[in-house]
Amino acid sequence: MGKFLLRRMLWLIPVILVVSTITFVLMHAAPGGPWDRDLSARQVDPATQKMLNTYYGLDKPLWRQFTAYLIGDIDSEGKFDCGLICGDLGPSYRQRGLTIQQILFMPPEEKSIIYSRFGYSMRLGVYALLFAIIIGIPAGVISALKQNTMVDYLSLFIVTIGISVPNFVMAIFLIIIFASTLHMVSIVPRSWDEVSVWILPAVILGFNTMARTARLTRGSMLETMRQDYIRTARSKGLSERVVIVRHMIKNSLIPVVTILGPALAALVTGSFIIETMFGFPGMGRAYVTAIGQRDYSMIMGTTLIYAVLVALANVSVDVVYVFLDPRIRLD
Amino acid sequence: MTTQVSQPSTGKTQAHIADLTMMTVKPRSLWMDAWSRLIKNKASVVGMIIIVIFTFLALFASVIAPHNPLQINDGKGFLPPTWIEVGPNGKASDPAYFFGTDTLGRDVLSRTLYGARVSMTVGFLPTFIIIVIGTIVGLFSGYRGGRMDNILMRLTDVFYAFPDLLFFIIVMVTLRQTYIGQLLNGLFLLFSALALVGWVGFARIVRGQTLSLKEKEFIEAARCMGATDSRIMFRHILPNSLGPVIILTAMTIPGMIITEAILGYLGLGLIPSTNPKDFFITSWGASMLEGQTAINAQPWLLLAPAIAVSLVVLAFTFLGDGLRDALDPRLQGTQ
Repeated sequence: MGKFLLRRMLWLIPVILVVSTITFVLMHAAPGGPWDRDLSARQVDPATQKMLNTYYGLDKPLWRQFTAYLIGDIDSEGKFDCGLICGDLGPSYRQRGLTIQQILFMPPEEKSIIYSRFGYSMRLGVYALLFAIIIGIPAGVISALKQNTMVDYLSLFIVTIGISVPNFVMAIFLIIIFASTLHMVSIVPRSWDEVSVWILPAVILGFNTMARTARLTRGSMLETMRQDYIRTARSKGLSERVVIVRHMIKNSLIPVVTILGPALAALVTGSFIIETMFGFPGMGRAYVTAIGQRDYSMIMGTTLIYAVLVALANVSVDVVYVFLDPRIRLD
Repeated sequence: MTTQVSQPSTGKTQAHIADLTMMTVKPRSLWMDAWSRLIKNKASVVGMIIIVIFTFLALFASVIAPHNPLQINDGKGFLPPTWIEVGPNGKASDPAYFFGTDTLGRDVLSRTLYGARVSMTVGFLPTFIIIVIGTIVGLFSGYRGGRMDNILMRLTDVFYAFPDLLFFIIVMVTLRQTYIGQLLNGLFLLFSALALVGWVGFARIVRGQTLSLKEKEFIEAARCMGATDSRIMFRHILPNSLGPVIILTAMTIPGMIITEAILGYLGLGLIPSTNPKDFFITSWGASMLEGQTAINAQPWLLLAPAIAVSLVVLAFTFLGDGLRDALDPRLQGTQ
């Protein structure tokens, strides 16, 4: 098991390497530097630009900038400055004096990490996942037990919509219904400390995952219901409730549990549009803002974090599967 | 005994056999079988009709649109749709503008119709390119095996690890100001980025099919008859692996349309045009971005493109599900 885990974790290294190489190359292929302003705004004068370039190490050769970003570099005073391998994502070009990891992980004032941008996004992702599980699994179970009835068709219809309609389009519909027409919630709340303001973004973000969970649960239930051991359980006189809960649901949830990791990663990394729509103080909105401002180091850092999250989630599938299903061999 | 019976009745039997041949139904190919299964599926038929309608609207947007999508009407900004008499901003609706107008008084219906051009093109064109590339790569790497196969598999592993949308965003952000980024109002770059990532899925699925098909007896028979490798690949293996490719195609197209809408909504998709001669004027994603600020004043700015995107994407999903059931009945009802 240890060896298996180690091998899967080592697979992260080429992934990070490839992602950072592609991002780095594209960033430098882009015309204009990080100091360029819109043509209408006041430009940064050449002398200052030169100083900034020296300060951020942008005057060095490209390969050296790349290794400096990944591993680290020795600065003018001979001190070793550690790069990505120590978790240093470098300074932001737009928010002077702050590094990327400070912007993303540092909470305001003396609060705990859950009040940082990353913490906000994680919390939104967890709430969305909870919504998806609490609604999705029962919906899937019920529609499998009542296969080919009105209940099943209704749930399949909602599931199809949830899977195909992208979440920002869903957000447009729900915001117009609940915020602008019914005035039940405000679109951009002043504070995120109340519970009620989290409901709409979490539901919208989790809707697609909910639909996928329901579909997966339904399919898996239908398969389990036809197994021989279910017939055995019935023939030995177990009550229907015990058969359903102990034998069917327990066995059909294995594939559902394995997608939870990737689902959470997809929710955290896929929330940037929803965060922007609701003015949510999370990592996703910071990412979209960075795109608008062409803050290259910020875009690169956030992309790397997203890629690592997705890769970790994919590893988690294999690991969880091995734990849950003894029939699966390690290699 | 047998000879006695059969001998005198030869003529009769032959006539009977001839009758039987007349009676049998015309032979149907597997494809016709799948087609008849597909058109029995109501949801798929509805999906196909919607797709045909939107393709038609996209092609003839310039004829169908009631107004010029770029025409600015002073003082007619934010008109509500026709079925609402007075909008939230106190302006009365005008029957000439069915979905109302935007900030500058441009007709929302016409702009939405023109938006169909971008979405339908994004759905079909890059998908066509990646089917061709992916199928050829998958065929060769599955059939020949060896080093090329190894490289392909490692490559697909890495592609799978890179979140698609992030890749598109980075490409569009960084290369938007370059010459390539401005070609075709930014659509050329978008198509290239979509195609660059998308072919991998097709290559993988065709490779898998090829691996299992090349061990089959009919391939051996073809080889015994002296068929060349390329003939075996393109005349024998390819037609037999088309089913999964068609299913994947129907599932890929809505993904492409959604990606374009997301990028447009982030301001990274089509660069909205002001030149009436351009084929692509605006996209649904870009329209939603423009409409976002007016969510209370004129919600139809947002609703019209949002409904259009949802309809098209749902139509393709229905068609995809129907195709999967029709081409591979074993999979029916799963997933």
